[in-house]
Amino acid sequence: MSFDRALRCRECGREYPLDPIFSCEFCFGPLEVAYDYDGIREAATRDSIERGPSTLWRYADFLPCDPQHKVDIGTGYTPLIKADRLAKAVGLDTLWLKNDTVNPSWSFKDRVVSVAIARARQFGFDAMACASTGNLANSVAAHSAAAGMECFVFIPDDLEQGKVVGSAIYHPTLVMVEGSYDDVNRLCTELSMSYPWAFVNINVRPYYAEGSRTLAFEVAEQLGWRTPDHVVAPMASGSLFTKIWKGFQEFHKVGLIDEPHTRMSGAQATGCSPIATAYEAETLNFVPQKPNTIARSLAIGNPADGYYALKQMQETGGGAAMVTDDEIVQGIKLLAETEGIFAETAGGVTVACLKQMVDAGFIRRDEETVAFITGAGLKTLEAVIDEVDEPVRVTANADRFVEALDARRSLAGATAGGA
Amino acid sequence: MAVKVKIPTPLRNLTQDQETVQAQTGTLHDLVGELEGSYPGMRDRLLDEGGEIRRFVNVYVNGEDVRFLQGLKTELGEGDEVSIVPAVAGGA
Repeated sequence: MSFDRALRCRECGREYPLDPIFSCEFCFGPLEVAYDYDGIREAATRDSIERGPSTLWRYADFLPCDPQHKVDIGTGYTPLIKADRLAKAVGLDTLWLKNDTVNPSWSFKDRVVSVAIARARQFGFDAMACASTGNLANSVAAHSAAAGMECFVFIPDDLEQGKVVGSAIYHPTLVMVEGSYDDVNRLCTELSMSYPWAFVNINVRPYYAEGSRTLAFEVAEQLGWRTPDHVVAPMASGSLFTKIWKGFQEFHKVGLIDEPHTRMSGAQATGCSPIATAYEAETLNFVPQKPNTIARSLAIGNPADGYYALKQMQETGGGAAMVTDDEIVQGIKLLAETEGIFAETAGGVTVACLKQMVDAGFIRRDEETVAFITGAGLKTLEAVIDEVDEPVRVTANADRFVEALDARRSLAGATAGGA
Repeated sequence: MAVKVKIPTPLRNLTQDQETVQAQTGTLHDLVGELEGSYPGMRDRLLDEGGEIRRFVNVYVNGEDVRFLQGLKTELGEGDEVSIVPAVAGGA
């Protein structure tokens, strides 16, 4: 069952009924779902959760929607992988990877959309919509198809082919907007005031955003009901980053784990780094940017939760880092070559920032760290297509293969020697 | 009559449900003053105690965030469109 009680303004504390609204009528602050935590404490035990389904619905008691309305295509309860080879490469004793590339539409967005569409159906909406950098559009289109709902997804016009086709295949109305994500977002915010659609990250955002907490719930459960010393997660709007920490705190609040002392650190691309830049400048007031990076899934120049992400770094002793496009590509390759996980550009940002923070001594070698890998690499082939080795081309003849292999090896040797 | 201002849902109780209103040319700061005159209470909803645009309010002129322009000093000309939009939308 669901223990949502009201919506509450995170800034001024005014309460509102559980409606499809997202900002405080008085101060425009973000509305958040308030829960009956005593009820959750009664209902959810380690045992009851462990007996639940192998999806995010094992945490249904914590989600602001009636599971009766769920559209379950298998999201969540993704692997937490002990990454010994990557740990060694970056200089950590213990590193875990939360591999969210394996969700139904290959990114963590399936978590937030699972909650948003269930809540939208509970409200009685017939149509789903979103403003997206790509991954969210994929997920909203997939879930809407599975639910048989009408769907309108809005994306910037410069996205990778995998992200465009990865939405179009589910047959939504796919709207490509001339401009950046921030333009798309402004347009959709205006449209949300006139169209009777559930815009997942606008009018149902308070419910939707709560879906990201399931990443924290899973990590805590998979670590044996405890939290790590350090988390590194990518930041676009900053929402995912703040909801992971909220999830750890809530598990403690209802008595499932000890008080978390995790240092929360965020990762951005230099070409779109409003939050990391504000962190470096030691201010809570970020300056919006015009994004220019291959990490398009993180290219939000005006991050809705930037302020709260920065506060959370202060509160937890975490920090932020930023990396160049070249470092992002190297991060993608390092992750693939050490752990066999092919991530999209956001994963490259996370791994490269992790490495940078360990190199700088900001993350100590003995801190048990969890890095969040939030989307799959086949979505952003453009980023790495010129960075992988040419195949060894041969006719179907064993002698030709031996020759070709020898040639490749001597070339590799010469390159190594020459370097 | 020169500047068109798009009013977001949370402020339409002040504008008697009008989705757009008209205003004079001048700076954005002048516009806030004019809106306050026509729709009392508007200033407090848009500006914080320090007289700056509230943290969770975004203002655009012809689609451009005023933080990329001159903020409250941005000049509004004939035919410009001002859009007031809640900031806590988007992303995840």
